[in-house]
Amino acid sequence: MKQWEVVIGIETHAQLATVSKIFSGASTAFGAEPNTQACAVDLALPGVLPVLNKKAVECAIRFGLAIGAHVAPKSVFARKNYFYPDLPKGYQISQMDLPVVVGGQLTLQVGSGDKAYEKVVTLTRAHLEEDAGKSLHEDFQGKSGIDLNRAGTPLLEIVTEPDMRSSDEAVAYARALHALVRWIGICDGNMQEGSFRCDANVSVRPKGQAEYGTRREIKNLNSFRFLKEAIDFEVQWQINEIEEGRKIQQATVLFDPDTGETRTMRTKEDAHDYRYFPDPDLLPLVIGEDWIARVRNELPELPQQKRERFINELGLSAYDAATLTASQEMADYFESTVAVAGKTSAKPCANWVMVDLAARLNKEDRDIAASPVSPEQLGGLILRIADNTISNNIAKKVFEALWLGEGATADQVIEKQGLKQITDSGAIEKLVDDVLAANAANVAEFKAGKEKAFNSLVGQVMKAAKGKANPQQVNDLLKAKLAE
Amino acid sequence: MSLTLEQVQRIAHLARIEVSESEALTTQVHLNGIFELIEQMQAVDTRGVEPMAHAQDLSQRLRDDAVSETDRRAAFQAVAPETEAGLYLVPKVIE
Repeated sequence: MKQWEVVIGIETHAQLATVSKIFSGASTAFGAEPNTQACAVDLALPGVLPVLNKKAVECAIRFGLAIGAHVAPKSVFARKNYFYPDLPKGYQISQMDLPVVVGGQLTLQVGSGDKAYEKVVTLTRAHLEEDAGKSLHEDFQGKSGIDLNRAGTPLLEIVTEPDMRSSDEAVAYARALHALVRWIGICDGNMQEGSFRCDANVSVRPKGQAEYGTRREIKNLNSFRFLKEAIDFEVQWQINEIEEGRKIQQATVLFDPDTGETRTMRTKEDAHDYRYFPDPDLLPLVIGEDWIARVRNELPELPQQKRERFINELGLSAYDAATLTASQEMADYFESTVAVAGKTSAKPCANWVMVDLAARLNKEDRDIAASPVSPEQLGGLILRIADNTISNNIAKKVFEALWLGEGATADQVIEKQGLKQITDSGAIEKLVDDVLAANAANVAEFKAGKEKAFNSLVGQVMKAAKGKANPQQVNDLLKAKLAE
Repeated sequence: MSLTLEQVQRIAHLARIEVSESEALTTQVHLNGIFELIEQMQAVDTRGVEPMAHAQDLSQRLRDDAVSETDRRAAFQAVAPETEAGLYLVPKVIE
């Protein structure tokens, strides 16, 4: 059987976080009554002229710098001509030959655990353009209804090289890009509202073949799950077609989340011919060195930089560092925790944030920013584990108490509920002696070579101590006593 | 370079302009006349000349990101052929 290689490139439309449209002063707020945010420019009434939104340009510069791309000192807006009722001008203002951002790359972590690996995706370009309106096809006496509130909303279209080799890599890329645009504050990333949508260009080729296969483009995927499902279905479909002797036709397809299938929207023969040309209503966009320098100064520490710092300064693994930088909120929470618990406890801090806290948040479907346990409280808790005031097991109880608001600090909970670890060796010795005396059978089993009996004895001591005895001391003492 | 009659008809279709057979023929002559002019221009040596994206050698003015428009839907929809529930109605389009 032939081995197939999957080739994927992704185009993403990220809605930029501006309050007004890219070429008009109409509001971009989501959810308004139809057409109440569509002004004369958005409606393409005669005599209107577009005036470019400075913030939209600044978002593009921010993005370009964040991915190490070239920010073009001069870029040009072009008209992309096609007829559709949600595009009143008869053209979309976009960029073609001279986009504002050229090149760049994004480093991502694919998979988890031992199978995790790092992947660098090269970006081709990113350009500014306006969104179209919305067509509603419900029955209006056999007509379509048009809402132009979205018309003119600023978008950054971000295009990759065909670098991805699996749906998992495609999803990892989309997630990393999603995290980045939110991180640098250029897009709210709200996928339900359409602020971040992906098109995937998918083709397959026999492993080892240099030329790409014919690609099909899956349009408008607005969730990571749909992105994966659509690609997986499409890949299997293409392989089947080729193995059954048919050729793949270049086409644009749509994914139906209900059936999990892709279906052809249009083929190359009826592909649009957009007849791009420079928009005479807009002069070339000039971005000076000083502007770029100012935006560079205002950029926050980026996920990639933070990841490297977590690895180099805090000794975290690449996987932990990647997980903790999946969002700015998560990274902030972790850093605030470490600020209290100390850098020497960075690894336990990472575990608590990624495992215990994440699981508890998940259970209640809460965001880390809305965690009932603050990073300061968690840091204080980890401090008490580090100085042996409590064991890890007791710490879980304290964490739950903090979550439920039963105390303001870990110290308060430990004090109030009497959870302080017993480290007085005299007291522990007494517990050990009592347990040994009461469990002669276990002692005999252990001496006969049954290692398991030892664990049972440890358990008995911990139970007698209500979990508060220092486990290491219990172990050591038991071992010493049994060896006597 | 010159256009075939078929190309003229395709361009007309893309621009949603209805042309009759005889209009297409006249248009073909006009367009090819323009192409001849372009061909003459292309004979000029432009090496080292930066292409212009606009007839004026200026750069784009930018505006601050602020909402300056108010809701004028009622006025705009008063001149629309047909509206319902705040929507502009158009002949049914489904791609």
